[in-house]
Amino acid sequence: MKLAIKLAFKNLIGAGLRTWLNIIVLSFSFVIIIAAKGILVGWDRQAKNDMASWEIGGGQYWNEKYDPYDPFSLEEAHSQIPSEFSTGIGNGSMVPMLISQGTIYPEGRMLSILIKGIDPKQKLLELPTHYLDTAISAIPAIIGTNMAKSSGLKKGDYVTLRWRDSKGTFDAADIFVAGIFVTNVPTVDVGQIWIPLERLQNMLSMPREATVITFKDINAERKETSDWELMTFDTLVREIEEMIKTKSTAQSIFYIILLILALLAVFDTQVLSIFRRQKEIGTYVALGYTKAEVVWLFTIEGAMYAILAAVAGSIYGIPLLMWFASNGISLGASSADYGFAIAETMYPVYSISLITGTTLAVLAATTVVSYWPSRKISKMSPTEALRGKIQ
Amino acid sequence: MKYIFTIIITLLSIQAYSQPNAQDIIEKVDRNLSSKNRVFESKMIIHGKRGIREISSKSYSEGDKKSFTEYISPAREQGTKMLKLENQLWIYSPSTDRIIQISGHMLRQSVMGSDLSYEDMMDDRRLSDIYNSKVTGSEVVDMRNVWILELTANVDDVAYAKRKIWIDSERYVPLKEELYARGGQLLKRSTMSDIAYIGGRWFPKRVIYKDMLKQGDGTEFIITTIRFDIVIPEHLFSKASLKK
Repeated sequence: MKLAIKLAFKNLIGAGLRTWLNIIVLSFSFVIIIAAKGILVGWDRQAKNDMASWEIGGGQYWNEKYDPYDPFSLEEAHSQIPSEFSTGIGNGSMVPMLISQGTIYPEGRMLSILIKGIDPKQKLLELPTHYLDTAISAIPAIIGTNMAKSSGLKKGDYVTLRWRDSKGTFDAADIFVAGIFVTNVPTVDVGQIWIPLERLQNMLSMPREATVITFKDINAERKETSDWELMTFDTLVREIEEMIKTKSTAQSIFYIILLILALLAVFDTQVLSIFRRQKEIGTYVALGYTKAEVVWLFTIEGAMYAILAAVAGSIYGIPLLMWFASNGISLGASSADYGFAIAETMYPVYSISLITGTTLAVLAATTVVSYWPSRKISKMSPTEALRGKIQ
Repeated sequence: MKYIFTIIITLLSIQAYSQPNAQDIIEKVDRNLSSKNRVFESKMIIHGKRGIREISSKSYSEGDKKSFTEYISPAREQGTKMLKLENQLWIYSPSTDRIIQISGHMLRQSVMGSDLSYEDMMDDRRLSDIYNSKVTGSEVVDMRNVWILELTANVDDVAYAKRKIWIDSERYVPLKEELYARGGQLLKRSTMSDIAYIGGRWFPKRVIYKDMLKQGDGTEFIITTIRFDIVIPEHLFSKASLKK
């Protein structure tokens, strides 16, 4: 075995430029696959963290009629906050939110929005709700940067808000933009304004009512309660997981093409080696090697491309990927363009399992590709091979 | 002193006599505006921020519970039909060859980008049933003497908590109407003009609806022809007629 590895290594190095070309191409595949997968892992982690900090905490209770994808259901999606949640709300581990539809008129333009009511004193979510804790005649509101951009609103602006109460009667008042926040989570930003919960409850004639209740502790055992559906953290992030999975599948096609190109080069080299080194094969057999041992030697030689490619890839790949991990990759687009939690600068995450898995996968693929043409050796006549006759 | 007192009493009596009961005014307005049935052709001119759109239609209505409208132009809207029966509304779109029922929050959407919502078109409750009314004064609008009526909702489920209507004191036709939010903010204003005497009643042939919070010059609704109390075949007010 040791001799086979040594021989294989010497043969590879002896092949010169052809070997290095194969190694470079294969090393590109290594680095690109790890880099691309690292972005997806980083995105997954960042999206979940941001969603937890800005929107879903450790999970939520939804009013049973609430469907975030059906704005028409909002009219009915509210009910009294259950009394068993009073302690949690009191100590800040639960935050109720009331959601309704409304219209704002920035510069006379009509813009349909969601009005979200939240306790100004809450600390569970990163929303800067302390801006809402102000005493002015207009309704204090906070909006995200995407909302500010689409509506043309700035901090300190006043704008008319029109809404309907629980009975369907129109009402209107001015809101004051008390603060603008920056977030990667579009579901707390795009097309919505945040105002004090109690104020919204009064505006809609829905005292002590809520649509969604967010809780802090992800691990606490919780039960569903009447009118309220328990949405665990895993349920709430499932969508983003599925989306990343879809992206990952789509990306796999790209990896496969890349890998096929690299493996094609290895395969081609192997076929050529076996064809050109028939005398050498005959010599091995004459020296007492079994055919299986010769096949093994050539297979190791091929598989060694992957090992050398991993080494070569690590020389330029490690510093490059570490630089990406610390400085991030700018996607040049905001989360609003995508519609889900995505940072403008993505920080890839390279786990040990990702690196080991990718290395083993490429090694296995290269070994198979190397073994495939080497099988021909077992069918060769040793004497013919020794004489260098083409078989 | 005795004379002054007599004069004051006389003036108050004249005032009381000359300012009729708000309910009577609304009933007289209802008599002008509502009919057993009517057929009219109209143009809706929407003055939006991006330009002007004109939509023509022909409508048939029976009382205030049944109506059928077919859009004639522009080409994009041609063949679109709308059927209202009691508090239900269906729309047929020829491009999809489907009948859709407009319900719930969809009723609050704008009708073809105009300043009118489906709900505005649907609300067929008599004003006297859902509002308490009082005459708050008189004015001259478009060189006509008008009564100013203030209507305050006496039921919860009403879109506008307060309305103000300027009614021609001779013809009993509204010349202007303002719709207010619960908090008192003016939301919509409609102005009526081209008052014509048709079939024994005074009727406004041109109405401009304006969403007061929105930019733009509002939506103009012009009746080009109207006929009252004529026979409309009953089959027209059925879902089957939408696809015909």
